[in-house]
Amino acid sequence: MIEMLDPKPDVMRRRDSIVAGLRALLPESGLISEPLRLKPYETDGLSAYRQVPLAVALPETTEQVADVLRFCHKNGVRVVPRGAGTSLSGGALPMADAVVIGLMRMNQILNIDYADRCATVQAGVTNIGITNAVTERGFFYAPDPSSQLACMIGGNVNMNSGGAHCLKYGVTANNLLGLRIVTIDGDIISIGGAHLDAAGYDWLGLLTGSEGMLAVVTEVTVRILRAPEGARAMLAAFRSNEVAGACVDAIIGSGIIPVALEFMDRPAIHACEAYAHAGYPLDAEAMLIIEVEGSAAEQDRLLDKLSEICNQHNPISLRVSQTPEESLAIWKGRKGAFGAIGRISPDYLCMDGTIPTSRLPEVLRRIQEMSVSFGLQVANIFHAGDGNLHPLIMFDANDPASFHAAETFGADILKLCVEVGGCLTGEHGVGVEKRDLMPVQFHGHELEQQRRIKLAFDPDWLLNPSKVFPLPAAPPAILPQAA
Amino acid sequence: MSFAQAIDRTSDEAEASIARVVRDAAASREPLLIEGHGTKAGMLRPVQAARTLSTAGLSSISLYAPKELIISARAGTPLPEIEAALAASGQHLIAEPPDLSELLGDSGRPQTLGGVVATNLSGPRRVAWGAMRDHVMGVRAVTGRAEVIRSGGRVLKNVTGLDLCKLLTGSHGTLGVITEITLKVLPASEATGTLVLPALDAVAGVAALAAALGSPYGVSAAAWLPNDAVPRVAGLEHFRRSATLVRIEEFTPSVAYRLDRLRDELAVTGATILDDRSSRGVWKAIRDVRPLAPRTTDAVWRVSVRPSGGPAVLDALRPKGVSGFLDWGGGLVWLAGPADTQTHAAIEMAAQATGGTWTLMRGPDTLRGSVRVVPDEPSALARITREVKAALDPAGVLNPGRLYAGL
Repeated sequence: MIEMLDPKPDVMRRRDSIVAGLRALLPESGLISEPLRLKPYETDGLSAYRQVPLAVALPETTEQVADVLRFCHKNGVRVVPRGAGTSLSGGALPMADAVVIGLMRMNQILNIDYADRCATVQAGVTNIGITNAVTERGFFYAPDPSSQLACMIGGNVNMNSGGAHCLKYGVTANNLLGLRIVTIDGDIISIGGAHLDAAGYDWLGLLTGSEGMLAVVTEVTVRILRAPEGARAMLAAFRSNEVAGACVDAIIGSGIIPVALEFMDRPAIHACEAYAHAGYPLDAEAMLIIEVEGSAAEQDRLLDKLSEICNQHNPISLRVSQTPEESLAIWKGRKGAFGAIGRISPDYLCMDGTIPTSRLPEVLRRIQEMSVSFGLQVANIFHAGDGNLHPLIMFDANDPASFHAAETFGADILKLCVEVGGCLTGEHGVGVEKRDLMPVQFHGHELEQQRRIKLAFDPDWLLNPSKVFPLPAAPPAILPQAA
Repeated sequence: MSFAQAIDRTSDEAEASIARVVRDAAASREPLLIEGHGTKAGMLRPVQAARTLSTAGLSSISLYAPKELIISARAGTPLPEIEAALAASGQHLIAEPPDLSELLGDSGRPQTLGGVVATNLSGPRRVAWGAMRDHVMGVRAVTGRAEVIRSGGRVLKNVTGLDLCKLLTGSHGTLGVITEITLKVLPASEATGTLVLPALDAVAGVAALAAALGSPYGVSAAAWLPNDAVPRVAGLEHFRRSATLVRIEEFTPSVAYRLDRLRDELAVTGATILDDRSSRGVWKAIRDVRPLAPRTTDAVWRVSVRPSGGPAVLDALRPKGVSGFLDWGGGLVWLAGPADTQTHAAIEMAAQATGGTWTLMRGPDTLRGSVRVVPDEPSALARITREVKAALDPAGVLNPGRLYAGL
């Protein structure tokens, strides 16, 4: 079990008066403090870790967020911001002495501006909710994390979420124009706006992906894009990971940047096929889903070129969709991957390292070797164009030894990612999950520099503490240090 | 080779000597002017420093992996060298950074990668594909504490820790001396083509650009040039009145198809399509701000506003003797006019009226030293700015005063 900072005894002692003080700042039903009703907030998408918080505040306006933060700051109370609670790295995991600020009631779309191609929404609007609001005019919001039906834009900003289409459209940071934030002092600050380039320091860039440690985001201005005329997918299956990896290289080398380029290994193909019956080739070792965009004629031309490239890599099968329905069928298995793995194994860890794409075959081979030595199954799904790897490690949560082995296996995969020139997390964030691995990627003085920047925003270390940075008391010696 | 080794390759004498200079400067509290080749020294506020610290000695491409869309180079590497290496593999810098030597004075040396990143300067493609800051995947920098720090890495997706790449990009050398940069790059498109719509006023021109950028055709640049600016761009001479320009960069058949569709849908009389060669020349001229042609004594500003607000900025400033043109669909306003505080105040007002920002790109030292070269931040943010500056440069020796007086 991961260590958290010890609860502050004085805060625990003053629980009742803190709850009463917060209740006075919030609308009716805006504060939860009854143990039974706190229970749903005890965990997030990393459900192996649980901790009931001291209270949950559900503000409806930026001003209420400011009131709550000012109160918490004055009273030395820790704060954990939360959107939909879908973080896979434990970014929204509460602490016993912390107030969770849930932003789900701030779910209004404030402004849509087609002429300037942007939309301003409150932090609790879901990712898909933005696209749904602009789809009638043919627009969309580009980043599309797997959890997009549930996850909220405020969480996306804090984790700098990606998705399957970021090879072309970028991640959250590349699709933002402005933020409204509240500091721990309760100051409300607007950053950016509807314009493209801000003057001064890039606060928008620093806040994006800051995992709730610098400020609470209450409003977000995003770029909205006009959707292309159409999109179509193809599927190519190969005899080995090496050949599929070489095919990915050849595609990028051809000058074509597909809008999505997804890689699945044999265990992932089998799991997804058994679940979704998408018609995936079960004799393949590796499979690519490639999607292109444009007019029908443009799609044809690109898919012809891509088929030609795939054919040079001796594919086992090649399936080019002719209709949107066939494209959906190709995507069906991939989109259902989490459900598919869940059917094989009720418990799994979804890892999220990034590697240089050239190292893919070697990394997959070594993950398979680890799988054997840990005695745990793993399936790999991979955003191949940008090197973002998602190994799904299956384990049995009822068996503490199995869970421990899965965690160690996951950590070993992430260390491998760093070793080959990659990083610990491509899009899920560090949270608590990868916190203690940070010294593998960063020198002590580099982490210290990042800590100082957090202190500039949050001098009392109250905003989402126990996340991202190893705890001061953590034993440093057991991990390989960054060279 | 491990990540740390790959990065540490450049941890050589030149970087160590930069760290030594910074350490000495911090110990004696003697400010340093940080520069590459000094091509952007005329931007923002003048820096009062006894010594100059240049990254010119850090010059080489340290890693180029075309199939991984990644290039790393040391900060002092001349940008043309990087562009040539990319072009040899059919790739390019996504943000299309401008060469401002015509505007800022030709130092006789090319701009460096570090200079372009430290100033976060992007060209026409920014409107569709993002700014320099969007493609900085990794940095290495010497902080004011004389420590070498890394942020990001050499992969395309990375959310490990605070994103100091973005904080350092566009920080104008005030938070650290960037020594190495890793960028995402992309294949250059096979072909380029441009639709030119003649004789639209700024409002109608920007409306057409908005329609084009809001179309499904993947427009990669969108600019509006007024009557006086058109003849300054080779290839546009026969457009008598304003020119509204829309660029497509794609595979050859797609360029033809998409420009045809745009011409039909925008339905402006006299619309013309420029071929590949002519398009490339025109957009290079716009990238490098050739349509502006300020007088020798003029100051130059760059104003960033909501795209639909661009025409109002031009209108408000024309009576003050300020001329300009629009890029980024109307959202980037390049302006030239009298180098005095009244004109500067008018620019501030025009930018603020649309919720936008400004940057003083060029002017006499007296003007640069006495006006807000970028907008002041609200007080709560200004406090954070001071704290972050102190966190990275506690002695305040890195380019002091470049962005804000006293910082």
